[in-house]
This record gives sequence, structure tokens and C-alpha cells, in this order.
Amino acid sequence: MTTGSGPAAGEVYRVHWLPGTDLLHGSCHCGAEHTDDDPVEMWGWMLTHEHRHEESHR
Amino acid sequence: MTAFARNQWYVAAYGREVGRDLLARTVLGEPIAFYRTEDEEQRVVALADRCVHRRFPLSESRLDGDRVVCGYHGFTYDTTGTCVYVPGQRRIPRTARVNSYPVVEQDTFVWVWIGDPELADSAAVPRAPHLADGENWTSVSGMEPIDADYGLLVDNLLDLSHETYLHGGYIGTPEVAETPITTEVDEAGAIVRVSRHMDDAECPPFYARSTGIEGRITRHQDIEYLAPCLYLLHSRITPAGQEAPAFHTEITYAITPSTEGSVYDFWAVSRDFARDDEEVTTFLHDFNHTVVMQDVDALNLLQRALATEPAGYQELSINIDTGGLAARRILARLAEQKQ
Ligand code: FES
Ligand SMILES: [Fe+2]
Ligand SMILES: [Zn+2]
Repeated sequence: MTTGSGPAAGEVYRVHWLPGTDLLHGSCHCGAEHTDDDPVEMWGWMLTHEHRHEESHR
Repeated sequence: MTAFARNQWYVAAYGREVGRDLLARTVLGEPIAFYRTEDEEQRVVALADRCVHRRFPLSESRLDGDRVVCGYHGFTYDTTGTCVYVPGQRRIPRTARVNSYPVVEQDTFVWVWIGDPELADSAAVPRAPHLADGENWTSVSGMEPIDADYGLLVDNLLDLSHETYLHGGYIGTPEVAETPITTEVDEAGAIVRVSRHMDDAECPPFYARSTGIEGRITRHQDIEYLAPCLYLLHSRITPAGQEAPAFHTEITYAITPSTEGSVYDFWAVSRDFARDDEEVTTFLHDFNHTVVMQDVDALNLLQRALATEPAGYQELSINIDTGGLAARRILARLAEQKQ
């Protein structure tokens, strides 16, 4: 999670609601992706998943 | 209760509200008295609104030049909040001072910093340049206080699907609630972006009557929420079948927590069309004020309902809440930071 000095630049999370469906498609700045039908679960995943590349500022 | 993020800039007033009469505003629970200096600079001064003597509100006092003379027993403060005169004696106690807050006047707003003054960076004040750009934009604006947790206003503005229901016949049409959104969170900038692009939509009266469009439209709503205070809604309206966006409207909100259960809702509508048309200006001001009051009434009501709920009540979130949930998390992070 992000505390203290805060997050680094370039940390962008995106969630697209897939048109014609009830599904949300999330993508993390690390490249990881996730599909869900609940926004609470989606943000939960976004913040707790194992990032693909270990970030240098951690 | 949504926690306050103290080390942030907040809009306390429009520049036009601050002059040679003291203005009282409470920001993040701190009562503040605002006024403008007499000199050429006409600088905005923000002093704690409680006299150090017996806590009389300085906003109910008078100015003597650039000094505030307390309306109760005459303690007199300079623009830094230092007491420079007490009645009847020559020794002024060393602790006789009130807090003075960092202020930036920019984009027609008076921004104030409540947190650690060491951290106040005037270059970091978020921008809404269209508000001061009379060359290219015509703006109408106002402010309404709401008796609600400021988080409820953030929720409201991040989820515009409510336009269809709460503002039907004004700015809402069926397409708003029906069209999927995309949400983007920029962690470093504490920015939440929510976009809703409607390809074939009814033109609501707000736009029909200001633009003269009669048929269907392409309607783009692109929100940028620069947490915690500034909210920009970039609205693009194009008559169906046309290529480029013909009508740009910038809808600006500043969300300033006043006390734990109240918030200032600063609102503005800026347009790049019919810029000199007074009738359009009056229409947009009055119509948008009506829309804002629909939200004010709803949030006052919602806050009263929530106050009677037992602690830890359950909410249910669906896809339309994706942006609002992101904003809540950002606010919680900002509130934890550097306290
Ligand atoms: S309360 Fe201000 S001078 Fe006494
Ligand atoms: Fe609304
Ligand atoms: Zn990741």
C-alpha cells in the first residue's frame, strides 16, 4: 500500500467497464490484468496483487 | 465520516467575495476571517477567526487599515496575526497572536492551506485556468453550503449516473446511466479520471437551450478529480452526424470540507459558445443553480438518513461506483499522509 512518501510517478490503474457486459476489466501499471463484476473486489485486487516487476522505490 | 486531508490546498472563497469587509469561512473545522489589504497588492489575508483574548470572532470585528481590531475589547492584529495593540497597557503578551494561513489567489479562487505551513507550496495549487480566461470562456458560478460529510459530495460528483434520476429533465437523459464508464487512477497525482462517452444521446434541456441543438448528440463527459478539492468535468457536445466537438463546457467544482458534517460546494459553468449572449449566461446560471440545489437537497436528506443508521451500515456498490470508490481510497491515503 501507499503510505509515507507516497506513490511514484507513473503509477496508473485503469478499469474499463466492458460495453455490453456487466464486467469490469482492470489493468495495473505493472501489466497485470484482472476481470471482475464488482468494483470493490476490483480495487481490492488492484491494491493487493503481486506486481509483475518489483518497483525500485519500495 | 470522511477524514480530512490537512496538508492540501482548499478553495475558501471566490476572490470577488473577499474585500474590505471581513468574510467568515470555516475550513477543515478551522474558523477563518478573510480580508483584502488596502495597498496596491490587495492581498488576501486569512487569520484565525478567534481573538486570542476571549475568543470573539474577528470576522465580526472591523478593519483599521490592514489591521483587525477585535470588536469586543480592541486587541489589534496585523496581517501576520501578531497582536500589535492591547487596550490600556503597553506590554503586549508574547503569546498574543492568532494563526495566519498561507493563501494563494488563482483562477478566481482564494485557496487556503490549513496544515503544516512549512509544506505549503504555492506552485502546487491545482489549476482551473478557464475560470480566469475571459478571452475564451464565459463563466457563471456560485457556492452552496451543504450539511453533509464532504465524502458524500465527492461520491455524488464522481458518479454522474445520478443525473438521469436526480436531474432528469435538466441535465440527465437515459443514456447517462446506461453508458459504461472508464476509470483511471493516477496515484502520484492523486487524480481520478472517469469518462463516459455517449455516442447517440438525447440532448438535455441544459444543452438544448444554451446551444440551440434540436436533435440527438454525441456527449462526452470526462471527469478529472484532483483530490481532495478540485473537480473538473470536461463536457463535449456534438450534434449527431458532425465531426468535431462543437460545444465545449467546463464544469468546475471545488469541494471544501467545512466541519465534519458540512461542506462548501463551489460550482462554475464555463462555455466557449454564445459567449456574449447574456440570455445564455442568465439561463446557464439559473438552470445550473437549480441543478446544484437538487444535489444539495438530496445530500442534506441523505446525511440526515445516514445519521440515524447504526455504525458500520452496509452499502452496496455496483459498476457505476468504480470512480467514487477510487476517490474514497485516494482521500483516505491523503488523510493519512504527513499528519
Ligand atoms: S475578545 Fe477580542 S479583545 Fe477581548
Ligand atoms: Fe448532481
Ligand atoms: Zn500491479
